[in-house]
Formats: sequence, structure tokens, C-alpha cells
Amino acid sequence: MLILKCPYCGVSAEETEFTPGGEAHLTRYTSGSEDQAFTDYLFARKNPRGVHFERWRHVFGCGKWFHTARCTATLEVFGTYTGQTSTPPDNIIAVIKAKRPEWEGFK
Amino acid sequence: MSTRLVAGGSVIDRETLVSFTFNGKVFNGHKGDTLASALLANGQTLVGRSFKYHRPRGIMASGVEEPNALVSLGDAGRFEPNQRTTTTEVFEGLTATSQNHWPSLEFDIGAINNKIPRLLPAGFYYKTFMKPQWAWKHLFEPIIRQSAGLGNAPKEADSDRYEYFYAYVDVLIVGGGMAGLAAALEAGKSGAKVLLIEQTANLGGRLAVDDALIDGRPSDVWLEQTIAELDAVDNVTIRTRMMGSGVFDHGYAMGYERINDHAPDNTAPRHRLWRIRAKRIVTATGALERPIAFAGNDIPGVMLASAVRDYVSMFGVSAGDSTVVITNNDDAYRTAITLKKAGLDVPAILDARPEANGPLPTEARNLGIRVETGKAIASVKGYKCVSGVEVCDQAGEGTILETIPCDVVAMSGGWSPVVHLWSHCGGKLNWDEANAMFSPDPTRPPLGADGTGFVVTAGTASGELQATAAMQNASSAGRQAATEAGFNSVDGATPVVIANDEDPMLPIWVMPQGAPYKLRSKSWLDFQNDVKVSDVRLAAQEGFESVEHTKRYTTLGMATDQGKLSNINGLAILADSLNAPIPQVGTTTFRPPYAPISLGSIAGEARGKLFKPIRKSPIDSWQAEHNAIWERVSDWRRPYTYRRDGETTEQAVTREINNTRNGVSILDASTLGKILVKGPDAAKFLDLVYTNMMSSLKVGKCRYGLMCNENGFLFDDGVVARLAEDEFLCHTTSGGSDTVHGWLEEWLQTEWWDLQVYTANVTEQFAQIAVVGPNARNVLEKLGGMDVSSEALAFMSFGDGELAGIQARPFRISFSGELSYEIAVPAAQGQAFWDKVMEAGEEFGMMPYGTEALHVMRAEKGFIMIGDETDGTVIPQDLKLGWAVSKKKADFIGKRAQERSHLQREDRKQLVGLLTENPQDVLPDGAHAVEGGKNRYGQENMIGHVTSTYFSPTLGHSIAMALIKGGSKRMGEVLTFPVGKDRVIKATVVDPVFYDKEGARQNV
Amino acid sequence: MSNAAFILNGAAFEGAVTVTEAGLRGMITLRGDLGSEAMEKAVKASVGVALPKQRKIKSGKRGAVAWMSPDELLLLVDYDQADMLVAKMKSILAEEHHLVVNVSDARSMFTLSGAGAREVLAKGAPVDLSHSVFGKGAIRRSRIGQIAAAFWTLDGEELEVVCFRSVGAFMYDWLSTAAAKGSLPEYL
Repeated sequence: MLILKCPYCGVSAEETEFTPGGEAHLTRYTSGSEDQAFTDYLFARKNPRGVHFERWRHVFGCGKWFHTARCTATLEVFGTYTGQTSTPPDNIIAVIKAKRPEWEGFK
Repeated sequence: MSTRLVAGGSVIDRETLVSFTFNGKVFNGHKGDTLASALLANGQTLVGRSFKYHRPRGIMASGVEEPNALVSLGDAGRFEPNQRTTTTEVFEGLTATSQNHWPSLEFDIGAINNKIPRLLPAGFYYKTFMKPQWAWKHLFEPIIRQSAGLGNAPKEADSDRYEYFYAYVDVLIVGGGMAGLAAALEAGKSGAKVLLIEQTANLGGRLAVDDALIDGRPSDVWLEQTIAELDAVDNVTIRTRMMGSGVFDHGYAMGYERINDHAPDNTAPRHRLWRIRAKRIVTATGALERPIAFAGNDIPGVMLASAVRDYVSMFGVSAGDSTVVITNNDDAYRTAITLKKAGLDVPAILDARPEANGPLPTEARNLGIRVETGKAIASVKGYKCVSGVEVCDQAGEGTILETIPCDVVAMSGGWSPVVHLWSHCGGKLNWDEANAMFSPDPTRPPLGADGTGFVVTAGTASGELQATAAMQNASSAGRQAATEAGFNSVDGATPVVIANDEDPMLPIWVMPQGAPYKLRSKSWLDFQNDVKVSDVRLAAQEGFESVEHTKRYTTLGMATDQGKLSNINGLAILADSLNAPIPQVGTTTFRPPYAPISLGSIAGEARGKLFKPIRKSPIDSWQAEHNAIWERVSDWRRPYTYRRDGETTEQAVTREINNTRNGVSILDASTLGKILVKGPDAAKFLDLVYTNMMSSLKVGKCRYGLMCNENGFLFDDGVVARLAEDEFLCHTTSGGSDTVHGWLEEWLQTEWWDLQVYTANVTEQFAQIAVVGPNARNVLEKLGGMDVSSEALAFMSFGDGELAGIQARPFRISFSGELSYEIAVPAAQGQAFWDKVMEAGEEFGMMPYGTEALHVMRAEKGFIMIGDETDGTVIPQDLKLGWAVSKKKADFIGKRAQERSHLQREDRKQLVGLLTENPQDVLPDGAHAVEGGKNRYGQENMIGHVTSTYFSPTLGHSIAMALIKGGSKRMGEVLTFPVGKDRVIKATVVDPVFYDKEGARQNV
Repeated sequence: MSNAAFILNGAAFEGAVTVTEAGLRGMITLRGDLGSEAMEKAVKASVGVALPKQRKIKSGKRGAVAWMSPDELLLLVDYDQADMLVAKMKSILAEEHHLVVNVSDARSMFTLSGAGAREVLAKGAPVDLSHSVFGKGAIRRSRIGQIAAAFWTLDGEELEVVCFRSVGAFMYDWLSTAAAKGSLPEYL
């Protein structure tokens, strides 16, 4: 069971305090968008072995949504960061690059 | 015969007698005894029967690894099967019964299986019971279940209680033997918060049995001083009777504390499951001795060599009068030496190695014990107990050289480090060729949240079997764990251990080397599941080359001991049969728990009234007093109906409906979700989350709204009230308040974070009480307070004021189709308000109604219910709610999805009303309509199903709603619903609004 | 407010730790920019103390204020004062985006007193409740068993627990069970 640090209330808490929200940084497609783009937004999800960005909510805590950069293979957590961004911040990218030099970067 | 010795026993209190029963016979033991030691002390060597062949079984080990000596303990609410006698401490009044035999332990009919083992080899079930197919379920399985298996399942509810405890430490040390204590000393010095847990009642592990000099002190003195030293420091806690049962991600460990198994009482919980988060976990879990596979190695009296000396040293119990030791290593000589020094007879030590000249063999010889090298046991003589061993050369095929009479065989096939906890979360192992064992690879530990290893092994658990090296390893593990946990460890002097050096062991997997089938088929590997050398060979022969397959085919290692004694031996035999090296064949996966833990401890306190939280409304106790028949509505309990004396449930519902339609009734609607949405962008935001336009709603007015997910599917509905320009109160379904609140926050925080909106879930701030029926206004007027006339408070509006002296906000909304006020009052005054309404309504025949009357009345009106008419695949347009889906808005959640061609199809399942041919027939909920013909699976072609169905007392006939393919174009069609064998109900498609289509009754 | 009733009428359980239903307490949810001057002023005006830091609760003579999230506070005041204070804060905060609402009736509150109070909570809350980590003035929102709850300590030994009203009776049963005599681990 994971331990995540909520960037809003600053506690490291166990997974049962959180609820997962799936892949992070999706682009929302709305009325009038192409079928393919909308389908991908709705259904296509990355499932990498390795570096992954996810949404979590501190549901039993402060109620805030945040993002987590995590390794799906080792469960290493590279960092958690604000929910109000559409790309991972530079400091998180730097941590991942340092720990996983072979990582291709956020796409 | 096994018996209590006149002296010895480091953990028993000879002054305190404890009496207990085994199969009804009263025995005495001492305080500190395990059930196993106490049974042996009473000469009881036969304690059970094996799983498959019903072979007689005795005590083999002295600890958690025991495969054989399982019993049922206690009775009634404290009955528990399959308990290991070796980990059960005796107490006054303990009752134990042996298992898996009929009619008795001494004479067991099932032992007939033992005469036909050739007919019951590995995979026997798979090969034999294939045909006819029906026979498995009705014939074979019941017979097999009757004859196999261990103890019976308990029949009564567990009378004990259990709980969890969350603990946070820097260093968790699992195991209170020499290594664990040494690691605790070192970690403790750093100031780290240390918790050391030991599964047995006693600290010291093998130090309690095997002599050594530690820093010049005898081991027992060192032990006592070390415990005192650890007790003296604040940052180290030691807890015994607590097993480290599992290691999980991110430094999570499970500790299974058996609080009062040794002294049952009714106050303390029986077990406490510790959920421990540790920065570092040190596994000082020691090693387990391996048996040797020779013919008859399962006969009661054949024991692990270490166990034999444990019983002598710790419990003052001899397992028998005359013990033959069979070994491939020096350690087992300690058993012979211990026995000899205790005055017991050791006719011979049979050592499979070609020579044995180390200090321990020399000491044994000096004590006058006969040592035979290069020798093996061809076969053990005896059935219910050992009567002797037949000796042969290890190198041969079992030619008998002599027979040595004895009643105990102490065997040692070497030791395996306990790597379970290391492996649970992904720690990797290396094969140690010299000691023929898997040991942890410190370069490949389980990884924690920061990507570094979080488990460190200590002592023999690291694969350091010699005491001197084990001590060094353990001290350094303690320092490493503390340093890695962020503390400065003090580099002190590691205690120096002086113990006898041991010569290398020699791996022996089968005895003798060339054992023929006759011997192999009596050489046990897994004692509990009756798996023998011949079975593993057979599996290999039949192509089960993977160890995981072999395990499942033969059931090797799948018993309650999870192969603690059998896995390495089985693996070696498989490797040998496959002609492959052992590390290439690999190990099976180690999974938690390390040893079985009680189901009660897993459930914790969550049983009985604490099983699951039930949400209760502010009117709950009144409802309970007024005969509420409860219904679960998500986590709430709500009255389904209030049944009066002499009424059936159905009659009560009918009475409540009639009273509402014709007079006035009261409903507790407090469970409806209420979410406050406020901010400059509140209206804009609600336009995005509701399908309809909310920004056009006037202050003081209400509007029914729908929420869809991004798939376009309807998931919640409710009335929205505009409290102010920038403030809305959104009602949700009873089950939907938390979901909807979370949904709003999700969109605000993760997609539209530029919007200035705050939300608050105020569901429970208010009791919401609906006063419903033609006389509703009369009742409210009688209460006194604010103006509730149709002019002041029109349909679909709300007001703020006071009623009966209580702060109140009545909403003119109706889910029944009648004149209706839903009045929100502060929850703490909900009961007071309810009472006043009841009192004022008395002259009008006021009575409460429940959820079923509510459902029937809303169905009469054709109102949908989330969860009945919706199932996660239904869009508002399917439910004739297209009017509530805005065409003007550029965007709302679900809009894009609803543009998909599939959601635009005209033949989607659509909501219709149904009138049955016979008005008294009520369609079953979920009944399917068929249209003739069969699909490619031979099933009837189905065109839809019933979503709500009731008998309407208002209309005097049954009504139903259904989702039917292209339903909106089927008006007047007669549909067929097969509802049972040879029974169909025919129903006509009609408009789903059955009653008061114009809405005249509610809008008055 | 003579009509106001709390769910268990102040029931108390005397075990290894005493569990008491705390009775009606005024509670106000306040959301907004915690860094703004008006916010500081609103809180000061209603409970007379400054804003608490992250995961802290501050108390004064007129009540207490607890940090709930970066944009949310919980004010603990006299039950009868809550509506008045809501109105007062609304006017102080009129010029900025905020939400203030009386939630007194939505909650149940319990006090745990006695040396083992922390251990009672540690049976259900996945939180480090040791003195050194969860000290005076600390507040934590988490869960107790299956129920969402917030708890804090105002002095060393007494803990206060708040949960939703609908599960108040369940919470009381849960706490009483966990607080039974002879059941404390005596670890913390």
C-alpha cells in the first residue's frame, strides 16, 4: 500500500486516505471535436511500465486533487505536485531524469 | 515413550500446573508449555491424521513450521480448527481435539487410503473424476470433501473481539532472537524509534537452546542483560507474541499480536493486527531446519533434530527414550549431545557425509555416542510410532546393513534462512551452493517509496548460519537500518560470539541416493498434504517442469504450513528429475501471511453493529419507535413503510399512498444531498455540470436538473435552488451527495480551476421534511409563521422564514405529484419540527409515509429514479428528458458524448409506460420483453426490460416503466414478457405518465 | 434553540478512556483566500484568534479555528452564535470571493479523555498519533475505521473528534468499543 505526500496539507498518508483518479494531464475534447480525438480523450489511457503521471484526491483529508509522478514497476514516487497544471513541473521532470536517465520525457 | 524429564526446561514454570484436555482426556502441563510440549510430556505422540492417506501423525517441529500436529481448539464461540500445537500455549481449561479421522484418532477408517497409495498419486483427482461430468458435483466432490480436509469449520459466531492498531516507527525488527536483539541494540543507540516483535512468548530464539559465549558471557547471561538494556531505553519497544506476518509496499508491515490466546478472557481483544509503517524493516527471522526424505519419515517420532533438543532444553521434555540422529551437517550433533547430557539414550548418529571430524562430532564421540558416517536410513520401522530404523549406505539403493531399535528419529537436512518477509515485497534471493539454500541478495532488496531498499536482513536470516558471523551481520544490519532511517548510528564494538565451528554440510535430497520406488513412495516431502518424492518425480515425468505447476499439480507446499519444511526438498527433487540446477528451477512465490492469522484479526472491529456505518437521519429514532420497516438506501437506512398492528407491509404502503393522495402525509427526505455552490462563476459552472441551463434560473426559484458524465450518461438528478445571484443549493439523490460533491470539486480543481467557485456539502446541516397532499398548506398554515400561500410561495419556488417558531426553508417541489412542501430546518431541530407537523396535522389525518409509497407515487407520475430507470448506459433523451438537455449551451459535461452517432440512434432503448393485459398482474422487476426469434446463442431476442413496476392503489391497476428498443415509436404495441416457466405477461405500451398528466394537483 | 437536540443526549462511556458526546457546538465552514486581510479580520472578529498554520488549530476565549485545507477553515464557536457570526463574516468578506456557512447541525462531536486517548484513535486512524508527531494544537482530517473524521488535541491528553451527524451514533459505538477497559496496547 502506497504512501503519498499530499502537496496541499503536507502530510504523508497511506493510500486508504486517497482515491485514485487515473491518468493525469488529459486534454479535454468537447462539443464539435473530431471523433478520434474525443475517443482518445474518453477511452485511450497510457499504461506504461515505468514513469507514469496520475491524479489522486486526498479524499479523507483536505479533499484536494493533486498529481503524482510514479514508477509503475517499482512503485517509487518521484514527487507529488499541484492539481492545477496541464504538464508536470520542471522540478519533477528533473527528479525523474536523474533517477531514470533512459526515460523519454513527458509526452 | 515421551515424558517430562526431572530437570531442565528454561521456559516452563514447574511450580505452576495447568490442566487441559486432549480428546476429552485430562492432562497436566506447566505454565510456559506449548500444547505440543505438554502432549509429549504426557506421552501423547500420536496427535492427528494426514490429509489424504490418513496416516498417523505426531509432532515434528517445535515452532511455527509444524506441518502435522494440528488440532481443533476450544468450543462453541471459541472453536477454532487447524491450530498448531507448537504455537499454542497451554492454559488452565484448554480443550483440544485431534482432526481428520473417523471414528477415532487411534482407529481411523480413512486410513484405508494408506493401503492404496498407488491409486492416489499426484494429479489423481484430475485424472480420475473427469467423467461423467455431473458426477463431480453430485458424487465425487461430496465424498472427497468428506474424507479430506483438516478440522471442521466453526459453527458459531466468534465470541472474541479483534482490533487493528496503527503504529509508525523508524526501524521495525522482526524476530527476537540473538540477531534481532543485537540489531535492536545498535539501532536503539542511534536514537531511532525501534519496535522489535517476536512471535513466541520468549526472547532469545536459539540462544535459549544452544550454548555460546558472547563477549565472554554465557549466552543466557548475555540475553538477560541485553533485554534489560533494551528495556531501559525509551526509544526501543519489545513486544512478544507478535508475529511479523507480512511486508508490503512502502515500508508497510503487518504485526499479528496474540494478546490473550495464552490466557483467554473477555475484556481484552483476542488478537490485534498491527499496521506498521517503518522507514526500515530488519528481518531477523532466523532459519528453519529441513527434514530429510527417507522412507517412513512421517511416522510419529520422526522429528526435526532441533525440535528434539528444544523440547529437552526449553520444556524439560524428552520426545522418547532412545533417539537415532540422522544428519548431513554438524548442527544435529548438538541434539545428540544435549540428549546424552540429559541422560537419554542415543544409540547412533547416522551422518550421510563421508566423514565428520569437527568439534561437535568429536564432542559427541567423546561422550561415547556411536557415529556412523556415509550412512543413511533405508526405512523407519513402525506405524503409529517409531520402533527402529533400518540403516543402509547413503551411496547405495537401500540394502539394509542393520536395524537399530529406537523410538525417536532426529533428522536434520540442513537449514534454510527464513526469507519470507524479505521476499514478500520483491526482495530477491541467491542460491548458496555450500549450504544448499536460498538466501537474500542484499543488492536486490524490496524497494520503497524513495526507490531505495527498505528491508535489511539480520543474522541467520541473511544466510549466516554460524553464530559468530550471524552476530556481526545482525549488528551491522541494525546500524544500517538506523542510518538509512535518517539517524546517526554509533559504530560500537560488535559482540564477539564464540561457538563451536561447524564443518560444511552435504546436500542430501533423497535417502539413500539410489532409493527405489518402494522407498521413494514412502518418503514424505509435504507432510500435511501427503506429497512424497514419488509424486514430484511423477509430476516432472508428466511434463510439469515449472515449479509453480508442479506445486499445483502435486499440492506440494500448498497446505497451511505453506511448505515451510517441504519447499526446498521438493524443489531439489524436481530439479534433479529435470536434470537442471536448483536455482534454474527457481522458488515458488512467498506470499503473506508468514503463518496463518485469524480471520477475526483481519476483520478487526468491523463486525456486528460496527460492520458497516449506517447513516441515520435526524428523525431516525422516532422512526424506529414507530415501527419503521427499514430499507437501505446507499449508506442510509430509511423507512420503507411504517407498518401498523395487523397490517401487511403491502397494506401499509397502500394506506400511506391513499392518505397522501387524499389527505396529507409527512416524509423524511433528509437524506437528499444538498450542496452549496457559491462564487462569481457559480452560474457558469453549473451550466457546465448540468445538462440544462441553470444561469437563467431566477433567485428564489427551483429547477429540476440532470447531471451526466463525460460519456453522456445520466448519473444524478435533483432540484437546484438559486439562493442568490452567486449562490445555488444543488439537491442530489440520497446516495449521490458525496459523489456529486466530489464530482463538482474534481472539475473545479482539475479542469476549470480558473473559475471562482466554492462548494460545501451541507447535506447533513438540514433535516428535510416533506409535507405532502391536498391538505399540506392547511397544516403549514396551522403551524404559523411565514406565508405559504400559492401567491407567496408558488410551485417551483422556495422561501426563507420561520414555521412553528423554527427557522425553515420550504421548497415548493413535488415528487409525488401532490401539493407538496419540502421544508429544510436545522438538523438538530428536525425532530422538533417533525413533532409539530404531526401535531398540527392530526386533525387532517397526518401520517408518515416511507420510501415505497414515495416510489409508487413517483412512478404513477412517470418520474424517473436514478438507479431504476438509469443503469449507467442511459442518456436523458432515452428517458424523455430531452427537454432538460440544453441545445443552446456550447458545452456541458456529456454534450460531446451525446453527439456520437450511437447515442443519436432512434432505436435506442427508450422509456415507455406499460399497462398489463390483466390489471391485477404486476410485472416482475427486470422482466425482459421478447419479440420472437432467437439470437445466435439460442436465446430469445430481447428488446428491453422493466425498470419500475408497482400496483397503483390510486389507479386500481398495475403500472410499469420499461426501457424498450425504439420504445417511443411503439405506442399501443402489445409486448410479451416471459416471467416464468410457461408463463407470459402481455402489456401495452403507453405514455409513462399514468396520473394527472397536466400536473394540476401539484401546481395549486 | 430550545428545540435543538444532539443525537445521543451527551452520552458518555467510561472505559480505559472516557468517550463523551460533546453536545451542540457551533461550527462554521469558511472558504476563501486564507492570505487575505479580510479573512484575517473575519476570523479575528468572530473567534478572536489569528489564522492557524497548516494542520493546526488555534483556540481563544470565544472559540477555535482549525486549518482544514489551503482554502478552508473550520470555526468552532458557541452554537447559538453561529448564525450571527456567519452574517458578520459575510459582511466583512463581502468584497471578496468566499463561502461561509453554518454547519453546526451537520456534525457530531466527541471528546476522548484519559491517558490512552491517542491509542483509541490509533486503532482506526492511519495516522502517527505519537506525542512527538501529533502534539498540542495539531489537527488531522483522516478516517477512523470506515468513517471520515477530523480530530485534534487542544491540550496533551484530551482529544476531540468530529464526524458527520448521520454516523455520530456509529462513531460513538466505535469509540466506546475501542476504548473498552483492558484493551489499550500501551504503546504510544
